[in-house]
Amino acid sequence: MKVELEADKCVASGQCVVAAMDVFDQDDDGIAVLLTEEVGDDRLDDVKEAIAVCPAAAIRLARP
Amino acid sequence: MAVTPAGPAHDMTDTAPEFPMSRAARCPFDPPPALRELQEKGPLAKVRLWDGSEPWLVTRYAEQRAILADPRVSADTDRPGYPSKASSEAGEGKLSFIMMDDPEHARLRRMVTAPFAIKRIEALRPAVQRIVDGLIDDLLAGPQPADLVEAFALPLPSLVICELLGVPYDDHALFQENTRTMVRTTATPEARSAATREIAGYLSGQLAERFTEPRDDLLTGIAGRVTAGELTHGQAVEMALLLLIAGHETTANMIALGTAALLEHPDQLALLRDTDDPALIASAVEELLRYLHITHQGRRRAVTEDIEIAGQVIKAGEGVIMVNETGNRDPRVFDDPDRLDITRDARRHVAFGFGVHQCLGQPLARMELQVVYGTLYRRIPTLKFARALEDVKFKHDAFIYGIHELPVTW
Repeated sequence: MKVELEADKCVASGQCVVAAMDVFDQDDDGIAVLLTEEVGDDRLDDVKEAIAVCPAAAIRLARP
Repeated sequence: MAVTPAGPAHDMTDTAPEFPMSRAARCPFDPPPALRELQEKGPLAKVRLWDGSEPWLVTRYAEQRAILADPRVSADTDRPGYPSKASSEAGEGKLSFIMMDDPEHARLRRMVTAPFAIKRIEALRPAVQRIVDGLIDDLLAGPQPADLVEAFALPLPSLVICELLGVPYDDHALFQENTRTMVRTTATPEARSAATREIAGYLSGQLAERFTEPRDDLLTGIAGRVTAGELTHGQAVEMALLLLIAGHETTANMIALGTAALLEHPDQLALLRDTDDPALIASAVEELLRYLHITHQGRRRAVTEDIEIAGQVIKAGEGVIMVNETGNRDPRVFDDPDRLDITRDARRHVAFGFGVHQCLGQPLARMELQVVYGTLYRRIPTLKFARALEDVKFKHDAFIYGIHELPVTW
C-alpha cells in the first residue's frame, strides 16, 4: 500500500512517529516526513494507527 | 385511535443545565453524573454558562473529533459566540497561538515546534530520569507524611520546562504562585489579571536578557524571532507564558492525579510496580490520560459557518464545548470505559485535544509521565495515602483539574 502525507497540514504533534517509527520521522521543525511511501502488510496496522491518531488528518492510504 | 401529539424536541420552558457541572464527591476520577446523563441522551446538548449564554455541549467522541478537526470553528476568544470560561478571559491579552486561527496560529506555533520533536525529547529522557531519581532520594530522606504534590509532582515538570525555556528554577515561587491564581476559578478577574501581568513582566525581563546575551535555550530562540521582525515583543512574552504555564501545571496534575488513581486501583499499581517493560509503561500513561481529565472545562470554539452534525445545524455565531471527560469514556469507542486498565490500547484518547490545536508539548508530557510512572512506584513500593481519599482535596475550583495536596507515607 502507498502512504500519502500532506506535510503542510502537519501540526508537529509527533503522534505518527510514535505509532509507526519505521514509516514516519520529523524534520528539524518537528514536521512529519515520510521515510518510505510503500508499506507492506507487516506495517499496515501501525500506519492505520498513525492515521487514526493524527490530529490534522494529514495521512492517507492511497487506494491500490 | 387517538394520537398523542409529540412534544417539541426541545421544551422551551426548560432551562439548559449549567456548565461546568460538579463531580460526585465519592467519585473524584469520574465525569460529573449530569454530563453522563447528557451523553446518554445524545451527542449534543445546550448548556448555560456563567454569563447566561447557551453554547452547545458536545459529549460524544466521534462528534468531538469531527468538530475539533473542522476548519469552520474558531479558537479566537474574541469571536461572536465564543464560550468564555470567565469574565477575565474576555478582552484580556491572548495566551498566544492557542487562541488564534490559521494561518497566524500555524505561523506562530511552528516557531516553537522543534524542541518538542520526538528525537529531541528522547534525548532529554536520561536527564529527566536523573531529576526524578534525585527528587525521590530527597523524598525518601525527608519526613513522613510528605505532600507528593509539593515534593515531587510539581517540581519535576517545573524543573524540566525551566531548563527547556532557560528560565531560572530558583524563581519558581513567582510563577508557581501566580499560575495557581490564574487557574483558580474562584479568583477575582482582577486577581487573575494581576497574576498574569506579574508572570508576563517577569518573562519580559527574561527575554530582554536574551537580546544582549544569547544562550542555548528556547527563550533565546523566541527572542531571535523578535529581532528578525517575525514577532512583536508582546507576542514573544505571550508565547513564553503559554509554554511555561502549560509545561508545569498540566503534567504536575497528571502525576498527582495518576498516583491517587493508581493507589485506588492496587491491581493496576502492582502491574506498574513489577514491570520494566517500556511498552506497558507507555500504555499505562495513555490509559491514565484517557481515564483522568485534567482539562475538565472542555475545548471551546466559536462556529464561523453553519455546521451540520448528528442531524443538528449548529449556526455561525454559536459556541461549542467539547468535553473530554465523556469523550474519553464513550462506550462507543472504549470497551468498559469506566474501568482503569493499563493494558488496554487507549492511544486514541482526546486528552491532548484533536485538530490543529492538539497539544504541542505532548511528546514531553508523555516522556515525563513514562519516567515518573515507571520509577516512582518501583522505588517506593509501599507508597500509600496518609489520609483517607475522602479527605484529599481535589481541584474542583481550578480550570485545570488535579489535587491541591496529596499526603503520602511509605
